[in-house]
Amino acid sequence: MVGIMGYGAYIPRYRIKVEEIAKVWGADAPGYKRGLQLWEKSVPGPDQDTITMSVEASKNALKRAGINGKEIGAVYIGSESHPYAVKPSGTTVAEALGATPECRCADFEFACKAGTEAMSCAMAQVASGVVKYALGIGADTSQGAPGDALEYSASAGAAAFVVGAENLVAACDLTYSFMTDTPDFWRREHEFYPQHGGRFTGEPAYFKHTFGCAQGIMKKAGMKPSDFAYVIFHQPNGKFPMRAGLKLGFKKEQIEPGWLTPRLGNTYSGASPIGLTSTLDIAKPGQKILVVSYGSGAGSDGFIFTVTKRIDEVRDIAKHTVWYLDENKTYLDYGTYAKFRGKIRKND
Amino acid sequence: MRDVAIIGIGMNKWGELWEKSLRDIFTEAALKAIDDAGVDHIDAMYIGCMGSGLFVGQEHLGSLMADYLGYGPIPATRVESACCSGGLSFRSAFIDVASGINDIVLAGGVEKMTDVSGDNDTYALATAADQEYEVYNGATFPGLYALMARAHMQKYGTTRKQLAEVAVKNHDNGSKNPLAQFPFKTTIDEVTNAVMVADPLTLMDCSPITDGAAAVILCAADLVKNFKRHPAIKIIGSGHATDTIALQSRDDLTYLKSTEIASQKALKMAGKKLSDINFCEVHDCFTIAEIIVTESLGFFERGKGGCAVESGKTRIGGQIPINTSGGLKSKGHPVGATGIAQIYEAVTQLRGDAGERQVKGAKIGMAQNMGGSGGSTLVHILEVI
Repeated sequence: MVGIMGYGAYIPRYRIKVEEIAKVWGADAPGYKRGLQLWEKSVPGPDQDTITMSVEASKNALKRAGINGKEIGAVYIGSESHPYAVKPSGTTVAEALGATPECRCADFEFACKAGTEAMSCAMAQVASGVVKYALGIGADTSQGAPGDALEYSASAGAAAFVVGAENLVAACDLTYSFMTDTPDFWRREHEFYPQHGGRFTGEPAYFKHTFGCAQGIMKKAGMKPSDFAYVIFHQPNGKFPMRAGLKLGFKKEQIEPGWLTPRLGNTYSGASPIGLTSTLDIAKPGQKILVVSYGSGAGSDGFIFTVTKRIDEVRDIAKHTVWYLDENKTYLDYGTYAKFRGKIRKND
Repeated sequence: MRDVAIIGIGMNKWGELWEKSLRDIFTEAALKAIDDAGVDHIDAMYIGCMGSGLFVGQEHLGSLMADYLGYGPIPATRVESACCSGGLSFRSAFIDVASGINDIVLAGGVEKMTDVSGDNDTYALATAADQEYEVYNGATFPGLYALMARAHMQKYGTTRKQLAEVAVKNHDNGSKNPLAQFPFKTTIDEVTNAVMVADPLTLMDCSPITDGAAAVILCAADLVKNFKRHPAIKIIGSGHATDTIALQSRDDLTYLKSTEIASQKALKMAGKKLSDINFCEVHDCFTIAEIIVTESLGFFERGKGGCAVESGKTRIGGQIPINTSGGLKSKGHPVGATGIAQIYEAVTQLRGDAGERQVKGAKIGMAQNMGGSGGSTLVHILEVI
């Protein structure tokens, strides 16, 4: 049985509140907070990017897995903010973890589901026996155009999973994918910020694929919402995942441990993977967890995990996700945020 | 001039119809109307559409729709008068049949508005305002109607709550209309606390962006005996009037001259008084519009429209039920289709088919459809034969 041996998250310490962004654009902060169900978001520091956050999250995952970076046979990172257009993020991460040179590596892109696709491939490599351990990572320093609705949610964070076939903390019972050609959100080459189709990103995109994937994997597994202790959805804002979960028949209590967006923002490729880490932080042996990601373009990956006894031994080896989320926060004003995010353009 | 009757109506559920194109939406409604009438052909058709060029990059709708409906080579005409393109399509079909040129004519309206971003929708809609004197200076339709609301509040003491009452009533009616885009009920608090669009108008004071179509079949009254599926509805009055397109050219921002004149013309043709009207569909593109329109039609004294809605006079069962369909606010506002959908509702009421929202004993109904901020208005009066 293939599954997760170790997991880890990383969230930068910086935050900016919805009110601070709305003040600059003359926008209605209470309206945005109510509409997006989101109060603040994480912001990467000026020396942080998808690579550095992936290293931090992976170190936590390796600690919990109890293996050395040298033993990792594959490093896959899913992100839509890889620092380089050409040159992998994964090589730097693998080097930093000591996994080189006998290591498979590639970067993944599928909007916000690139992280779960990286996890799927890591699992496939282990299941096929090609490698013993593989690392699947979802990480993003998300981009949102200044003044756009996305600027209130686009945040930063990473989650990493060491995949193996032994000493599991969560066995993967089933994976499933639901995908169509649905262009709801995109960024063309040489464009600085992504564009989106407004309300088209809702029903025909996020909800269609989230429902299709969740219903598909549950049908395949012969399971129903009440069979799961927890469920994690992709969370572009606070509203969508809660609405999707309740409509599918899940209860708020099943959704909340992995529902981080209201105080984290949308970490894009990191969103549902980070939600999985915070859920594993509190899960008990034997419990079932459903994960349904979503990536624009569009598609959803589904995973059913069964938590093992080993979770109790490893969860406190690294910092819990909520520590990153709720402790040691530094709030930024818009000017500092704009500087950190490279929104102030200077001559070279 | 011959008498003209409506023998068929067709409409699909309105909303964000992502899976359907402009031609799909129109053709579905048109086929429903043809089926409802039980006719085996139509002699001509008119299509009300305000902005297909800007919304979906398609013009030349007459030929396109006749072809996709399978009725080419009939004469087919696209009609444009901003948000009352539907009303004008209906009047054009009425004149066509009344003149004796054609016997059976389809009047339709369609708009596909969700294929472009909100900014592009705002731009496309603003082409119905005066580009040189209003739009170039930054005005949008919510902004123009907000000016009218402010003026009405200042002149007559109309309150924020009275504006909200329009939305509450229309959503209440719309909740009983299975074809409405937003068939939910709302409250005064929800309307007043919604996101501000143009002070004093919040999001819930504004009609939505909608994809939708509606169609009706008109027939020479002396041929109605051949089509007995439904009670025939006679078009007894048709009025059309214009006013300055720009607000700054008007004497009074709190009154709609084109609406008053179109209404008087329609009533005169019908030989009826306002008190003969049992219900009225009006163009509530914004909540303030319904208040000003009900005054300009003459149902209430100037300045009393806000009090009328607040006291329930415009609810179903009240003095004059206004927007039993849910209006543009709850039913949706695919601009070119709205005028035809008002006729659809009026016919539904006069046939006695309106279910939970039925106005008891309705015999005569009125529909008022308006372009821009009142630069043009169509008023029609229908009576069940």
